[in-house]
Amino acid sequence: VSLDESQSREAYRRMMRIRKFEEEGSRLYTAGRIPGAYHASIGEEAAIVGACMALRNEDAMTGTHRSHGHPIGKGADLKGLMAELMGKATGICKGRGGSMHLADNSVGIIGESAIVGGGIPLATGCGLSAKVRRTDQVALCFFGDGAVNQGTFHESLNMASLWKLPVIYLCENNGYAITTSVARSHGQPSIALRAEGYGMPGVCVDGQILQDVYEAVEAAVNRARRGEGPTLIEARTYRFDEHQVGLFIEKNPYRSNDEVTLHRTTRDPIALFRKVLLERGVKESEITALEESVVAEVAEAIQFAEQSPLPDPAGLYDFLYSNPIVEAAR
Amino acid sequence: MSAQAARAAAPASKEVQHVRMSYLDAIVQAQIEEMERDDRVIMMGEDIAIYGGGKIVERFDANRVWAMPISEGSFTGVGIGAAITGLRPIVDLNIASFVYLASDQIINQAAKLRYMTGGQVQVPVVFRVCMYYGASIAAQHSDRPYSLFLNVPGLKIISPTSPADAKGLLKSAIRDDDPVLFFEDTKLWATKGDVPTDPDALVPIGVADIKRAGTDATVVAISGAMRPTLEAARTLEKDGISIEVVDPRTLKPLDLGTILRSVQKTGRLVIVENAHRIASMSSEIAAAVAEEGLHMLKKPVIRLTAPDVHVPFSPVLEATLFPDAQQIVTAVKKLL
Repeated sequence: VSLDESQSREAYRRMMRIRKFEEEGSRLYTAGRIPGAYHASIGEEAAIVGACMALRNEDAMTGTHRSHGHPIGKGADLKGLMAELMGKATGICKGRGGSMHLADNSVGIIGESAIVGGGIPLATGCGLSAKVRRTDQVALCFFGDGAVNQGTFHESLNMASLWKLPVIYLCENNGYAITTSVARSHGQPSIALRAEGYGMPGVCVDGQILQDVYEAVEAAVNRARRGEGPTLIEARTYRFDEHQVGLFIEKNPYRSNDEVTLHRTTRDPIALFRKVLLERGVKESEITALEESVVAEVAEAIQFAEQSPLPDPAGLYDFLYSNPIVEAAR
Repeated sequence: MSAQAARAAAPASKEVQHVRMSYLDAIVQAQIEEMERDDRVIMMGEDIAIYGGGKIVERFDANRVWAMPISEGSFTGVGIGAAITGLRPIVDLNIASFVYLASDQIINQAAKLRYMTGGQVQVPVVFRVCMYYGASIAAQHSDRPYSLFLNVPGLKIISPTSPADAKGLLKSAIRDDDPVLFFEDTKLWATKGDVPTDPDALVPIGVADIKRAGTDATVVAISGAMRPTLEAARTLEKDGISIEVVDPRTLKPLDLGTILRSVQKTGRLVIVENAHRIASMSSEIAAAVAEEGLHMLKKPVIRLTAPDVHVPFSPVLEATLFPDAQQIVTAVKKLL
């Protein structure tokens, strides 16, 4: 089933929210207003949003260190995300997570793991939980091509297949684990093909084409809700920026500038979907208005973040335990 | 008579009813009661039908008791993910050395997710870790690795020594909203004791217990070290020496107050445990007492631990590794 018109607009809006959020975030990071490391999702918007559009709000999700796109794709408010990037008290994680961990549980995300492959068992556990609780919730797990070589991938997919858990394993294959290409790290290059070894369907889609990602994930979600088990989806996508904003890799030995330029100019998922919208009769003026509203929303989020207070160091231990032990005995 | 039968037969009374059972049976009973009380409690582990688990497998359907493939590094995470999304799993990691495979998920996910999400999620999961040693099963099956996890914020670690404490603390752990590591010393599995039959009788996490009151020296005994310590206490008593035996029960967060109060009274401290010496629970207690109670000590602290060497296979080599009652007697006498 394809996205209807209103879903298509929403999908475009979410991709644009990721793009503008990341552009502004990168700028603020470079200007020194965001501490830590910054991994932008620019270029991977269709793989993220196409997947999220097939989910309900209450469906669980896990993600990765490249975490900003996931909550935005699932529909999270931008204010708490931007405030988190700046380490503010109003941040979605109260300033305890930061750029690699923008998890918003109000849209179902239980964690964004900066340990590569770390979220795969967690999402599998969400699937097990849904099955035990007899709900029709599903869990979607984002991970990269690098994570496929972790043991957690192997162990988790085996368990999900064994028990027919409602999990969608969504590989954002952007071709490189930092600088290590799939060709240099995978014994055989098809990630989708690995599914066969676990006894589950494996689907490879063009991750730059929003509709293709959506349709594949939607089919996998329906299958999962019917109790028929997990699916592995490999979305072939591309990271437009360096692994991390500001990272300088001398002579760029792992991917050529031409390759990056080619993807930026001919394989931009937002430009490609914008064209689809226009072909379907959505007016240019409507799209422009939508884009402007996103720009305004991001500006508002930045303003909120900048005006927000920093966390109080006296609250350092807050959120460590749910029921802190009262040191009554001391 | 089983605990269930004992409870059913007991007259309605506010008096606490007890039944005599082993440490291992107390653990099984705690799990059965909590699984009956709360549908969200599930059990996961390899070969869970053995070591008392058979009673649980018989009683609950497959949706509550999950037999795991050999995938400690991931089924641990499955338990964590399930805990975050509405269940309260008991993840049985079986032999303690396997916890290393699971440690990434325990440390990087279970311990950190509540904090890293600013309290958006909670991780009510219990990890059962069984410490086998002294059985000629060599170094890869004989570890007592709780010390490694003491250095991880966000975890709670329990290691009770009596059947009643095992039941009460495990029940508290299952009802707790944070990840709890339960290090069972299999040397204690056969220990018998009176256990409350009340399914709501809990032993709180973070509170130590005086297992034997005394005046001449404080002996803090951790986990399986309790058995030789109590034996030493009886021997010393014959010589007119009275030791106070403190059982921390919870290793993290440690109830230092109870230990300090005892040291205040006796002025002498011996710490006994079966983990390796370096950066052990004993090290932590000795350091904390030095910081907060040095003025109370009449003599230096003595630590009795396993040495900094792997557990060897040959019985003759392994026999000397763990502190015994005689060593504890000698250590106490040295302080007097």
